[in-house]
Amino acid sequence: MDVMPKWAEVILVPLISLILAAILSALVILAIGEDPVAAVNLMITGALGSTYGWGYTLYYATNFMFTGLAVSVAFHAGLFNIGGEGQAMLGGLGVALVLLFIPWPHWTIALLAATAGAAVFGALWAAIPAYLQAKRGSHIVITTIMFNFIAAAVLNYMLVNQLRPAGSMDPATARFVETVHLPNLHEMLAPIGINFSKAAPANVSLVIAMIACVLVWLLIWRTPLGLEIRSYGKSGRAAKYAGIGAVRITMIAMLISGALAGMMAINNVMGEAERLVLNAVEGAGFIGIAVALMGRSHPFGVFLAAILFGFLYQGGAELALWTSIPRELIVVIQALVILFTGALDNMVRMPLEKIFLAARMARAPKPDRKPTEPAE
Amino acid sequence: MDILALFDLSVLDSTVRLATPLLLACLAGLFSERAGIFDIGLEGKMLFAAFFSAAIAALVTINAENAEQVAQAVADAVANNDQATAQSAAEGCSGTCRFFAGVSGWLPAVWIGVLAGVSASLFLSLVHGLASITFRGNQLISGVAINFLAAGMTVLIAQDWFQQGGRTPSLIGGGRFEPITLPFAETLSGVPFIGPIYAELISGHSILVYVALLAVPGTWWLLFRTRFGLRLRAVGENPAAVDTAGVSVVGLRFVAVGICGVLCGIAGAYLATGLQAGFVKDMTAGRGFIALAALIFAKWRPWHALWATLLFGYLQAIALRPDIIEGALGFKVQVQLLDALPYILTVVILAGFVGKAIPPRAGGEPYVKER
Repeated sequence: MDVMPKWAEVILVPLISLILAAILSALVILAIGEDPVAAVNLMITGALGSTYGWGYTLYYATNFMFTGLAVSVAFHAGLFNIGGEGQAMLGGLGVALVLLFIPWPHWTIALLAATAGAAVFGALWAAIPAYLQAKRGSHIVITTIMFNFIAAAVLNYMLVNQLRPAGSMDPATARFVETVHLPNLHEMLAPIGINFSKAAPANVSLVIAMIACVLVWLLIWRTPLGLEIRSYGKSGRAAKYAGIGAVRITMIAMLISGALAGMMAINNVMGEAERLVLNAVEGAGFIGIAVALMGRSHPFGVFLAAILFGFLYQGGAELALWTSIPRELIVVIQALVILFTGALDNMVRMPLEKIFLAARMARAPKPDRKPTEPAE
Repeated sequence: MDILALFDLSVLDSTVRLATPLLLACLAGLFSERAGIFDIGLEGKMLFAAFFSAAIAALVTINAENAEQVAQAVADAVANNDQATAQSAAEGCSGTCRFFAGVSGWLPAVWIGVLAGVSASLFLSLVHGLASITFRGNQLISGVAINFLAAGMTVLIAQDWFQQGGRTPSLIGGGRFEPITLPFAETLSGVPFIGPIYAELISGHSILVYVALLAVPGTWWLLFRTRFGLRLRAVGENPAAVDTAGVSVVGLRFVAVGICGVLCGIAGAYLATGLQAGFVKDMTAGRGFIALAALIFAKWRPWHALWATLLFGYLQAIALRPDIIEGALGFKVQVQLLDALPYILTVVILAGFVGKAIPPRAGGEPYVKER
């Protein structure tokens, strides 16, 4: 039943949810005695006012594109992958192992190998919950939450007991060699005459994230597999009737999802830190949930939402630097976005549907109803 | 090798203390999930409650102390017949100070803290209920939102109120719970075996520990021996049947979510005013999720919840004492393995290799009345 036109569904509902989240965030800022308008101005200049700010915004956005796509692919199959955090941690481990133990001649080959390593490790970490969901019916939300904690323990063990260089107190791996350094936006844009900030961490992974957006779009809307995934997500029973195997789709969707989440590591581990540290993911796996919800699980929406959250992240860091507003404001905004675009979706949708229905009733001529003949 | 050392009294004692917040949160989740509302926001509710209980208890103690000093100063000035000084001294305690000082007259600060924590947790329950019952939203997404809301707001408000980097001042005196010594603990401590167990393990905890332990039979009785409990369980299995019988599904689910909020509130208050003395950022440290794991481990049953949380509490307690493990087993056990063990055990249980955990059938699905 399509009560609302498509534009309202795609633009109006998310926009209203976003405005509600923004109003509440502004109230929160007011309540702690700061000026919301000044805060927004500071965030804009801090995140978008310089190539340095843009570099950080795009760096965060790259992370969120990967994790947002990961959550979206699972959403399309009707699965809620809350384990992006753990999958991204394991992806980092994959990148570190690939880069630490194999001498790569050039960063391009290393990037391909690291991407593969990150994807495989992320996918493997998603594979067990996926298998348990598909074969044993264990709820994937609970298992992926558990796997986030297990991933943290695994990473902690690997960094503290195995990968830490001798004599170092820091739970982190050694630095990767100079040859696998990824070109950042400064190095990429200098040949075409744009002087991008040298210090900003945005790098070539951004391009890979954008390619991933396109590929996911192709996969979901232009391939038979995508059709199967979407039909399974809409109705598992109908899909089964159409001959689509539940186990197969659950496994494939979760493997792709885990691989995408894991691939985030080429940005934060290989591109930025150039070594694996303990809290490399920094909650990006969870932000993927907000990004996917806001982007309506569409790769282009995810792309836009990721940039918005990149802006919020960088802007929030600037706020924490210059005002007394702590960084946690971003966590609150993130929560409000998830709440309004995800859980309270119907609160916005129900009244809107009523309005559109009323408008349609008013426009369309009333079908003349004849009183039905009473049964003999 | 001395396996018995693993059950050292001090370890068991901290097991009880560490299991208490898990147990309360686990029972909270039990009420909610038995009524068909998944709740992965236990963590957030506990955190919110922990902050507000510590913050309000701190404000009450600080302001009560301030009011006392001001009263002393005013009395001195009046005794000297110095009207002006008395008046300016009285201004040292006005507005919020008077309010908190006045409140401290009715109840000990720590109990006001508990009430504040429970209210804060109830507020988040209301949000969860609104999203997942009234507006039939996704219960899991709502839970995720609540966790983040609590993680962010607690630090934001803490920074605004206390400017101590997202923590509250340490609670002193009446701001936190003191251990209770049960009767005869002193006299019986000389009795071999039973004496020390009674004196150290059973006696000497704060009152909320006993509240948590009593909540187990309480939950059992309420769920399995009352009409309300029967309906609550039915609403989690087959809400349509309950609706047909003329009982409000929405009402029952809101009550269940409310009870969940109260129990999470007590759990959070215990963390900040019993287990520790004050709130620090992210102090729940995944306990809400361990409680969720324990709930699955217990297969949604109250007595099993007690055993499961005691087991997970024991794992937390023993992880703090690597020396005991090494002494008892003769080799080192990785701390990370102990940290991950509750989650691994839960996945094994969920996988159904060791007895299958079947959740309430209508869990996670919003109820739409047939029209």
